[in-house]
This record gives sequence, structure tokens and C-alpha cells, in this order.
Amino acid sequence: MESATALFSLIIALPLAGFLINGLTGLFVESYRSKKQLIGIIANTAVFIPFIVAFYFFVNMNADSGALVYKLFTWIEAGTFSVDIAYRVDQLSVMMTLIVTGVGFLIHLYSMGYMSHDEGYWKFFAYLNLFIFAMLNLVLGNNLLLLFLGWEGVGVCSYLLIGFWYQDMAKSDAAKKAFIYNRIGDFAFLIAMFMIFQSVGSLNFDVIFNNLGGISEGYKVAIGLLMFVGATGKSAQIPLFVWLPDAMAGPTPVSALIHAATMVTSGIYLISRMSPMYVMIPEVMLIVALIGALTAIVAATIAITQNDIKAVLAYSTVSQLGYMFLALGAGGFTAAMFHVMTHAFFKACLFLGSGSVIHAMEHVEHGLHKEGKDVHFDPQDMRFMGGLREYMPSTYKTFLIATIAISGFPLLSGFFSKDEILAFTMNAGFVEGGSWLYIALWVVGIMTAFLTAFYMFRLTFTTFHGSFKLPSKIKEALGSEKFLHESPWTMTVPLWILAVLAIFGGYLGVPNFIAETFTGQPAHINLLHDWLYNINADYGIVLGKGFKWILLVASIIVAVSGILLALRMYNNDQQEESDALIANKFGGLYKLWKDKYNFDDVYEGLISKPMVKFSDKVLAVFDMKVVDGIVNAIAGTVKLFGSLFRYTQTGVVSNYALAFVIGVIIILYLMIM
Amino acid sequence: METLLNITIFLPLLGIPLVTLIKGDTAKKWIALLITSATFLISLPLMFNFDIVNSGLAQYITEGAPISSSLDIKYLVGLDGLSLLLFMLTTFMGPIVILSSWDSVSKHLSAYLSMLLLLQTASLGVFASLDLIVFYVFFELSLIPMYFLIGIWGGSDRIRATIKFFIYTLVGSLIMLVGLIYVGYDAGMSMNGFSFTTDWRFLSSDAYKIGLVQQTYLFVAFALAFCIKVPLFPFHTWLPYAHTEAPTAGSVVLAAIMLKMGTYGLIRVCLPLFPNAFMEFAPYMATLAVIGIIYGALVAMVQKDVKKLVAYSSVSHLGFVVLGIFALNTVAVQGAIIQMINHGLSTGALFLIVGMIYDRRHTRMIKDFGGIAKQLPVFTVMFMIATLASIGLPGLNGFIGEFLILNGSFFSELYNNKVYAILAATGVILAAVYMLWMFQRVMFGPLEKEENKKLLDLNAREIGLLVPLMIFMFWIGIHPVNFTKYSENQVTELIIASKEKSMAVLEQAKTEELPDWTAEFYGLNKDQQENEFLTASE
Repeated sequence: MESATALFSLIIALPLAGFLINGLTGLFVESYRSKKQLIGIIANTAVFIPFIVAFYFFVNMNADSGALVYKLFTWIEAGTFSVDIAYRVDQLSVMMTLIVTGVGFLIHLYSMGYMSHDEGYWKFFAYLNLFIFAMLNLVLGNNLLLLFLGWEGVGVCSYLLIGFWYQDMAKSDAAKKAFIYNRIGDFAFLIAMFMIFQSVGSLNFDVIFNNLGGISEGYKVAIGLLMFVGATGKSAQIPLFVWLPDAMAGPTPVSALIHAATMVTSGIYLISRMSPMYVMIPEVMLIVALIGALTAIVAATIAITQNDIKAVLAYSTVSQLGYMFLALGAGGFTAAMFHVMTHAFFKACLFLGSGSVIHAMEHVEHGLHKEGKDVHFDPQDMRFMGGLREYMPSTYKTFLIATIAISGFPLLSGFFSKDEILAFTMNAGFVEGGSWLYIALWVVGIMTAFLTAFYMFRLTFTTFHGSFKLPSKIKEALGSEKFLHESPWTMTVPLWILAVLAIFGGYLGVPNFIAETFTGQPAHINLLHDWLYNINADYGIVLGKGFKWILLVASIIVAVSGILLALRMYNNDQQEESDALIANKFGGLYKLWKDKYNFDDVYEGLISKPMVKFSDKVLAVFDMKVVDGIVNAIAGTVKLFGSLFRYTQTGVVSNYALAFVIGVIIILYLMIM
Repeated sequence: METLLNITIFLPLLGIPLVTLIKGDTAKKWIALLITSATFLISLPLMFNFDIVNSGLAQYITEGAPISSSLDIKYLVGLDGLSLLLFMLTTFMGPIVILSSWDSVSKHLSAYLSMLLLLQTASLGVFASLDLIVFYVFFELSLIPMYFLIGIWGGSDRIRATIKFFIYTLVGSLIMLVGLIYVGYDAGMSMNGFSFTTDWRFLSSDAYKIGLVQQTYLFVAFALAFCIKVPLFPFHTWLPYAHTEAPTAGSVVLAAIMLKMGTYGLIRVCLPLFPNAFMEFAPYMATLAVIGIIYGALVAMVQKDVKKLVAYSSVSHLGFVVLGIFALNTVAVQGAIIQMINHGLSTGALFLIVGMIYDRRHTRMIKDFGGIAKQLPVFTVMFMIATLASIGLPGLNGFIGEFLILNGSFFSELYNNKVYAILAATGVILAAVYMLWMFQRVMFGPLEKEENKKLLDLNAREIGLLVPLMIFMFWIGIHPVNFTKYSENQVTELIIASKEKSMAVLEQAKTEELPDWTAEFYGLNKDQQENEFLTASE
């Protein structure tokens, strides 16, 4: 093996090794399970070193470097079909690898504190390492099938981790639901691969991109749509998004890592990777944008009505992912990847912050139990919280920073990435052959931006500002605020790092026109765009500078007004009154939001229940009565056989066996002689 | 090497007098284990020395003398690319099967072990035979020990299950026997010196062709026998009965080895002998296969007995294999061949796992479990891996087969219709639904039932017999080339040869007077019609 290949292999091999060491030792050596320090260090190292190696590859690359391909061995070969276990280091995959291992490492570190009291500690870290391994296959695979291996691999890890506390049936239900909804998307992905292979004879990215002309127009549209359906499964978009809110049943670090920062962005990565094909099918691009925008606003309206701190964040994630698809559909592939990155920072920070809060609330519950008070409450329900900023300053500050960032407040990371998305959306309405619908989608996008700022500050204010509400809700909990405490450093350090990234991450993609306005020269301050320009087939920008400034100011205005409205309505312990006010104002609409648009009920009522019922009451009966019935009827007419064999069944078996063996030997003897 | 092949086939028979004569149950079991392990070890060089480049030619051939001067029926065995992997799977499963019932069977132990050993020889014989009559003898011989295994060591409703299994498969094989005799005489006529021959080397060569009318009837006769064995929808109803009543070892052999005799027969016998019929029937067979995939999955979903669920999942999985075989391109057929092995490994493992839990709780009803993951960590991991392999997770074996089959079927010229592959691919979703739902209800949730709180995790023997299966599940999943290479060349050549043979038969048929239905079925008057159509439009 060449030294570069060997070095690269560390990125893939170490997380796998971490999984095997902790997983197998933990499974078979019971005493190992309590060596939490060791387990944690092994798992953290297995992610941290790949991060360093990926960083090394990153600094040795520039925007024009060709892709480095490391082939390990041939995976599958049959007839004309051949696919390798081969990895591809290019500008896009190295960016994703840095996010996955970087944010992944911080969440591993955080988990050492968060999971420290769990008896499944070893298993948790084994799964987490396995997830990183699968995710790296997804982003680094040099062909669609290896990407698919990672794609399904992360799905299994997600399944295992959502159902981590499997003794709770609701949690294992959520895990199963996630896997099955993902499988529906994977089905579409499979068909897309068959079509590509049939057209170009390979699933290798380079071969596909070099032979796009060999794919017929109709096939391109079909492939584009099918891959997008695959993406709606993994990245939780309408119509397959319903699994993601339920997935919050998993431990909070899992929500941060898998269900916010990395796995759920796989669909965006896929379409961005396939961007040379997507730009050839504008009709599919429009559908992607439509679904993205629709998902963004649907999820944002649901988020307003939720009281579970993780549910708000979950719907917020669905909504932000919708934003990313809007960007993809508008030809802003780089903008989408930009938002993948900034979202990874601030959403991971928010989830980990919520974990810190939940941790504290659980501590209160345990503290009360120790005092002999039998108090039970939902530690994730923000109606019991309030005033936490006094007790958890680091958690509060980092959570607030991330909230400001996601709201699109000027100069923080979310501001730049969101503005880029909105600019591309408007732009797509004006490019040659662009549809006016994109302008309508820009309106949806800007409304969502307003809602985002509003519900995120509703969450932050209700949780951290005002007074601690548990004692006023439950009498026995009087004075329970003494149990509130800040989380240990393993949890707060990752929070601070992520908060810093949430502030400054946006400076990798500052729009060029800002500098151009002041210098009058063509500028190159959008580093991310320059980094990815060889890979992403972005639409060209046709909007004038003045127009772009207007759009920028518009997004500042909605973000600030969302924040101000939330400040008025939720800053001082008026959450329930304000919620009621909104409910009154919007009436039936609010109920629809609160009921999550009834997606789950519709699916259950129209698909899963009828399918089970049909299988149970019709097919299974049909199988016994009709299919088997015909067989029995035929057999019945030839009863002779039946009675004969029933007769032979009594008797000493070994005699029969012996007779048969002798018979066989005689026949064989005759033949051989 | 030729001797080694013969020893491998017949060594298990040697175990029968030994386990009968030797006293002491433990000694008997050890003898059976040693014999089957030795069989496996002896078979290994057959794999290592196999000439992959010429996998289309049978290797290690032993040829006996014909039984009479006019009848060319003889002991003729050898291995080629189609049979090698199934042959190896059979020797590999041998010791695992013996170990699986180490503690659970004590009734008539000598007879029980004898049946398993006899079954081993019969199965090996089926895959190694190169004379159709010898193939038939072994094919039938394998029924007998299975009949007793279910009938004596089976569950409460075993008699009904045995009779159904036996008669159903026997009826199929008798019809095949009629066809076989016809083929023997027909081939004898085109061969010098004999009036009857079933020498496979001659039958499969391009020197021997069967007319279209005869092909049609013969294909139906042979395919029926094989489809019952597979079992292909709608001939599958014996399988759930047989599996639920069979002892664990019986179920494992049935699923891992015996069902493969059906799919093996389709590709081994039906394709080279009746290429025209094979190709014309392909869309119909594919239709049944696709129905089987979806139907089997839906019915599996609502089963209350874990073992019955796994049995119906076999109907679904083998639908994939049949779909791949009839797609008739290298990608799909290679997928079908590796999927036969995969199904043997993962469904074999699932039946072993169900047996282990049955040994502990004496029930297989899903509702009797729940939450036992906590009690049985090692068991949970093994069960999970087998489940994921069964639902075709990439990285494990099942995915390789399913992907190649679906991919190949998608662009199959014979089907010339994407709907087959697309509908079949829904099986990927349904498999996740029924397997994970079952897994959840058995393993997850609160541990409430008192009986389940005392369950013990797997012992060393049980781990030892599952681990080899797991190793191969990963091995095939990660590096399938190590296995698919054995059949690659043969499959490619076989498909080309069969197509050429079918063309030759068609050419010949054009000069002959054919019944209308035959001409229509094989599209012979199509050209004529098209010509007329063209002249008319001009």
C-alpha cells in the first residue's frame, strides 16, 4: 500500500476499529463495561485522528486539485457490473469529512459526560463510532454503491441509537419507523442506480459525469426524481419527514450528531454531488425547490406550537433541511452546502445545549426523589423550565449565540448562509428559462425565516429567561432550583467551540457583492464558493448588486422582527398566555399545526393499517384456504397416496433407514461396476 | 481429487453404521460431528484446486460403466461453477446441523443422526451428479430422511406436515421422472451406440437439441418439480407447515440446502435442455417470482409464530432467486447463485436462532416474548446480524445477491419490462417491515414475563455454531468476488451457449410443420406477419 493510501485509510479504518474494540470487548468481557474512561478515550481518539488526517488532506489541496482516488479492492463483480471499494478525496468530500469528524468529535467528547451514568455506555460509543464509519463511507465513496453502503449504514446506526433505550416500546417504535421510512427512500435510490447503470454501465462518479449525454432525457428526469425521493427519506422532507421528530427518542447527543448535523444532510450531499446531472433537468430542480420550501414552512409552523424542547429543535431541523433543498432546487448547490456546514455548527450547539438543560432537569427530578418526594415531570417540557440562565450560564450563553445564528441575525453564520439561499432562490426566477415560481418560493423562504427567528427565541426565552416554573406547577418541587447546576466541562467545552463556530463559520461564505460594492472591483471573499466551484454546477448569478442589497436588507428585517415579536411575547413568563393568543388568532390553522398536519394519522390510516389488515385478514386466509385448499383438494382425490404413507409411518425407523441405505448402496454399486 | 470428491459424497454414509453400533449418546454425537467435520475438511481442496478459468467444464469427474450395453446410465459425478458453491455450502452446514441439536434431541438418537448423515450424502449427490438419472436418485433420496426427520422428531402436527411435504414434492418429481425418461430415449436416438442416455455432458452440449413442441411439455414437467421444491408461489404451501413442524436441524437443512435443489435444477437442467421454452416462459416465471416476493413478505408480516414468519420470508427471498435466474444475463444469474448461498447462510442462521430460543422457552409465539434483549446480549447481537443480513443491508451478504438480481432484471432482455424489477424491489421495504417488527416484538420493550427473566444467554456451543455463519455473511458482503468468481465464467458461457442453442432450434423449427400454438408461442410467424404488414402499408 502506498503511504498516501495508508494515511487515507486511517480516516476510514479508525472509527471501524473503535467500534470493534469497544463493541466486541464490551459484549464479551463484562468487567470492561465499567471502564468508562478507557472506552470514552478509545472512541474519541478513533474520531479525532481521522479529523486531523482529513485536515492534513485539506491543507494539501486547493480548489483546482483533481480528485484523489484511493482504491482498496474490487467489491462486486458480475458480468458487466463492477464496483470498487474506492474512496474519493475532493473539495466536496473533504469538506463533509471535516464536518463529520470535527463536529462528530465534539459530540463524542460531550457524550462522555452526558452518558456517564448509563449502563450501556460501551454500546453507545461503539454505535457512535460505527456511525462515523458509515457516514465517512457515504461522503467519501467514489461510486454510488459505496455511497449507498454508507447511506444504509448510517440508517442502521440511527435505528440502533434511536432505540438505544429499547425497553421503552415507544423508543423502539421510533427506531423502526425511522428505518422503514428511510427504506422507502432507499427503494427509489436503488431504482435510480439501476437506471444509471443501464445507461452508462457504471456507478462510478467520474464515469457517470463523463457520460451524462448517454442518459436519455426521460431517464435523467426519472433518475433525478428517484434520487430526490431517496433524499426525502434520509433528509426528512415531505412526504417522508415524519420519522425525524420521533427520532428524538434517542439520547440527545445522537439527535445532535445524526439527526441534525450529519446524517440528515446526506440527501443534500447526494444532490450536490450529482449537481452536473441536476442542472440538466430544470423541471426536477423546480420540484426539489418546491418540496424544500413547502417542508421549510410546514415544519416551521409546527415548531411554533411545540412545548418539548427537542421537538422544537427537531421541527426546526426539518425546516432548515427544507431550506437546503430550496437552495439545491434553485441551483445554489454551494449555498446548500454552506448551510449544511453552518447548520451543523449551530444546530449541534442547540441540541447539545438542550441536552445540558434536560440533564439539569433530570437532576432536579433525582434530587427530589432523594428527598423522598415522588415527583414526576417531563424533563423536556419547557413549560417547567424558565430562568435557567442563572444556574447554567455557559449553556445559556452558547444556546443564545446559536439561536441568534439560526435566526439569521446579521454577521453570524446563519445570516450569511440563509441569505445566500434566498438570493439564489430569487435568482432562479430570473435566469434564462427560470420559472416565476421561484419568486413565490422566495416569499415562502422569507416567511420561514421570520418564523424561524420567532420560534427559536420563543424557545430560548421560555427556557432560560423569566423564572423557574417547576415549583409553581408542582407543589412538592418548591425550592427545587437548588438542584439545578451547570454541566461538567466535557459538555460545556464542546458547547463553546460550537458556539464560536456558529458565530464565525459564516465568514467562509461572505457574498462577493458586499466587497464589490465597496471596492468596485471583482472580489473573491466567498471562499466556499471558490473552493467548490469545480464540483458544484451552480447557476450563474444574474441579479444586480442593488437587488442583492435589497434582498439582504429584507432578510435582516424579517429576522429582527421575528426576534422582536418573540421578545414581546415570550420574554417574561408569558408563554402560555402568548401561545393561547396565537391559537385564538389562527384558530383551525393553529390546530392543524399543533396536530402536525396529521401526516402520521393519514399514513397510518391509509397505508400501514390497511396493509396489515389486508395481509392478516385477506392474504393469510387466502393462503390457507385457497392456495393450500386447492392443493388439498387435489390431494384428496388421490387419497390412496395419503393412506399408504400414513401406514408406513408406524414402525421402527432405523429399520427403514437401514433398508433405504442398503437399497441405495445396491443401486450405486450396480452403477459403478 | 476425483477420489476426494467421492469420499466427500459418501463419507457421511459411513457414519450411519458407526452411530448405530456405538453405545452411548455422547459418543454417537461426537462420531456424527467428526464425520461431518471431516467431510467438510476433505471437501476444501476441491474448492482450492478448482480451475476457475474453465469453470464451465465439470471437474474431478468420476465415470462408472453404463449399466447395460444399450442404456447409458452411469455413476457420473463432478463439480463445475454452478455446483461448486452449493456443494461447499452443504459440507459446511454439515457439522453446524449436527451441533444444532446437540442437547435438544435424545429420542431415537442413532436413527436421528443417521437421517442427518443420509441427508448429507443425498444433498451432496444432487449437486455433484452429472447423469440425470443419478441426479434424480439423489434428489428423491433426500426426501426420505427429511420425511422421517419431520415425521418423528417434529412438532405436534408433524404427521400432516410430513405427508403434505412428501406427497407434494413427490408428485412434482414423478412428473419430472416421466419427462426424464422421455429425454433419455430422445437423446439416445441422437447418440451412437445407446438407445438411452442421461449423460449430462451430452445432454447439455449443442449436439443435442429438442424440438419446440417437446421443449414446451418437458419444461413444464421439469419446472413444476423444481418450482415445488423452491417453492415458488403458488406451490409454496407445504413449506410453512414443514418448517413449523420440523426440528431445528431439519429446518436448517431444508432452508439452507434442499430448497436450493429447486433453483439449482432450474438453472442446471431447464436452461441448457430447454432453452427456447426457458426464454419464452421467463416472463411468466418472473411474474410468479414477483408475486412470491411481495406475497411472501405480506403474509410473513402477520405471522404470530416466529418460525412461520421466517418460512414465509423464504418464499419471498427465493422469489428473488427465481427472478434472477430467468432474467438470463450474467449480472442477475450471478446474483441468483450467490443469493442461494446467502439465503442458506442467513435463513439457516435464523432457524438456528429460533431453535435456540425455542429450546429455552418451548414456544415460538411472538407474544410470549418481549424485552429479552436485556437478558440475552450475545443472542441479541447474533439475531440482529442475521436479521440485517436477511433484509439486505449493504456490507452483509444478502445485499450482494439482491442488488445484482434486481439490477440484472432491470435491464433483462427477456423481461424487457422494468416493472418486474421495480415491483420486486418493494420487497426490500417489506422485508424491513416484517423483520424489524418481529425483532422489536421479540427483543425490545419491557421485560415483563417471569419466564423470560430467567433466560440464559448463548453457551459456547451455540456461539460456536453461529459465528462461522456470521463470518461468511460479512465475508460475502464485503468481498463477494472470492465467491462469485467460481461461477462467473460458466454463467457467461452458459448464457451465450443457451442463446445460440435456442437460435439453432428456432432455425430448424422454421423448416418444420408446427402446431399453431407452438409457432405463436415462440413467435415464429411474427416475421411473416410483420412482412405482410409492411407490404400492406406500402
